[in-house]
Amino acid sequence: MNQSLTSLADAKAHHEPIAFGDADPVPFVQALHRMVRIRRAEERIAENVATGVIKCPCHLAIGQEAAAVGVAMHLRSTDRAFGAHRSHAHFLAMGGSLDGLFAEVLGRDTGVSRGMGGSMHLAAKEVGFYGSVPIVGASIPIAVGAGLAAQMDKKGDVGVSFFGDGAAEEGSFHESMNLASVMNLPVLFVCENNMFASHLHISLRQPKNVVARYAVAHAMPHATVDGNDVVAVWSALNAAAAAWRAGTGGPFFLEAVTYRWLGHVGHRDDQDVGVARKDDLSDWKGRDPVRRLAESLATVGVLSPKEFAAMESAISDEVSTSWAKALTQPFPEPNALLNRVWAK
Amino acid sequence: MTATVKTSYGVAIRDGFAHLLAKHPKAFVMGQGLWSPWYVGNSMTNLEIEFGKERVIDVPVSEVATTGAGIGAALSGYRPIVVHPRVDFMMLAVDQIVTQAAKWRSMFGGDVSVPLVIRGIINRGGEQGAQHSQSLQSWFAHIPGLHVLMPATPRDARDMLIAATLCDDPVLYMDDRWCYELEEELPPAADVSINDIAPLRRRTGKDITLVGCGYTTKLNLEAAELLAALGIEADVIDLRLLNPLKPALVHESAAKTGRMLVVDGDWRSCGLAAEIIAGVAERPELRAGVHCARITHPDAPAPTSKPLEQAFYFTAADIVREARTLCGR
Repeated sequence: MNQSLTSLADAKAHHEPIAFGDADPVPFVQALHRMVRIRRAEERIAENVATGVIKCPCHLAIGQEAAAVGVAMHLRSTDRAFGAHRSHAHFLAMGGSLDGLFAEVLGRDTGVSRGMGGSMHLAAKEVGFYGSVPIVGASIPIAVGAGLAAQMDKKGDVGVSFFGDGAAEEGSFHESMNLASVMNLPVLFVCENNMFASHLHISLRQPKNVVARYAVAHAMPHATVDGNDVVAVWSALNAAAAAWRAGTGGPFFLEAVTYRWLGHVGHRDDQDVGVARKDDLSDWKGRDPVRRLAESLATVGVLSPKEFAAMESAISDEVSTSWAKALTQPFPEPNALLNRVWAK
Repeated sequence: MTATVKTSYGVAIRDGFAHLLAKHPKAFVMGQGLWSPWYVGNSMTNLEIEFGKERVIDVPVSEVATTGAGIGAALSGYRPIVVHPRVDFMMLAVDQIVTQAAKWRSMFGGDVSVPLVIRGIINRGGEQGAQHSQSLQSWFAHIPGLHVLMPATPRDARDMLIAATLCDDPVLYMDDRWCYELEEELPPAADVSINDIAPLRRRTGKDITLVGCGYTTKLNLEAAELLAALGIEADVIDLRLLNPLKPALVHESAAKTGRMLVVDGDWRSCGLAAEIIAGVAERPELRAGVHCARITHPDAPAPTSKPLEQAFYFTAADIVREARTLCGR
């Protein structure tokens, strides 16, 4: 395989509207809605991190919305997905509650983890998002176990692991890839390669910048796509998803090349850390997954600029209402500390 | 005369697996060497033939992936038992045990269950050295959200495996190769609740309380026999469940005898024995009246050569000596 990301890693490339090809553009209106909702929600969180209203560490995925949404378009509520530290987008893309997310980052009892988890521990089992954890690489084997359970259930479900390029440096990643491959488990490995692990660029952490090369090593079907192109992300999974639903699918590795606009954690853009980040950030904003999809939908006549503006406005209202509601929610009672440790 | 059939500790574990696999369709087992006749002693012989290789799964050399996969399957409604044929190799999976499985319920709001069993086999001695000899129950009993069980008898070896698997929380089940030849006549296997597992009095005496768990219960019982010959009657308490600790019986016994010797096959510093003694020391009704001592491994990695092993591993004779000192006899 080609072990360089070439133009996929080029901040000056892929600024044009995305191409639908053979894909029906209509479902991507909903995709755009989810991407904008993620963007606005994370912007609201960033503002409140900046002012100190939110205290817990928040790792934001602004700029990476297309990867989460493109994958989620294939998922159903009986699937079992797991995320990592940067998983607001996965949670919302799969249909997790905005009210529950906001209450959770504020540590409130009505949060999706009852205020026990904060930003880094989100779950929405009712939509198939089983949990996110910030220990890098730790949820990858857990997703493989969910895939093992899906294989035993024989209902065509899939285990899904969302992680970043840094997780590919962990032993848990390699063990999990091997186990899924040798047991032919229905597991989707989604690597969002944003080229940074904390502050360190991939060129300083890995000898090649294509993470999918590990899928080759583990004899696993794979694709590396423009992660800011939701159609490309979605298309790459069509065949694998059909196989899972038919009960014949094994593991698949998807690498979505993208870029986070903000820093590793918090509201700042971290232009002062890591090689190339300062030069690349403004160029990457030209590769905005939201703008490119909106322009494409306008071009094919499915969503006019005016309709898009109305969509954005409605989402902004929803975010404001939800945030205001979250601020009124109660904190957990002190007895939650000991009462939530063991099964009753 | 009725012939009695005795079951060994190792075979009793196998009986526990067989009960679970026969009666509970969501239970399955995975680990390294499960299709091998020698990895796990006689504790899993031919289970994969009887129940199928889909439910008794031999896995790659991957402690992290296997343990994590157990969590994922547990979250998906199964009751996995992950087997680590030596506790030492289980250390590679500590993130999954301590930071994932044990935390999951609390950090996601208290409603989500991880009904996972992690079986870690203690397999020391015989000049196996520092990296094949650890047990580390004190480490794991320190972790909120993780049950820790140490069976001392064949019956407990079987029943506690069943209780662990039916428990809705993660359970570390630590069985001990030095107990595998113990034999006992067993009633038929049945479902057991972890709520019914608490410390047991294995022998009744008025002069001194001997506290242990797993293999040290065996040593304490041997020591109690020797002490009885010297006129010292020992109350022998088998802890069984190390986390969450249920110390009431220990305290009752200590109040009765006024002397407590805690014996633990783990290191001394910050260990289980210290915790048991602290539980007595912080109770006003006990602290003045109970004299305490402990026997543990010295704070050194396990040695290889025989003379050093003899210095490292205590015996029933060591327990007798310390008990006599406590009793002033």
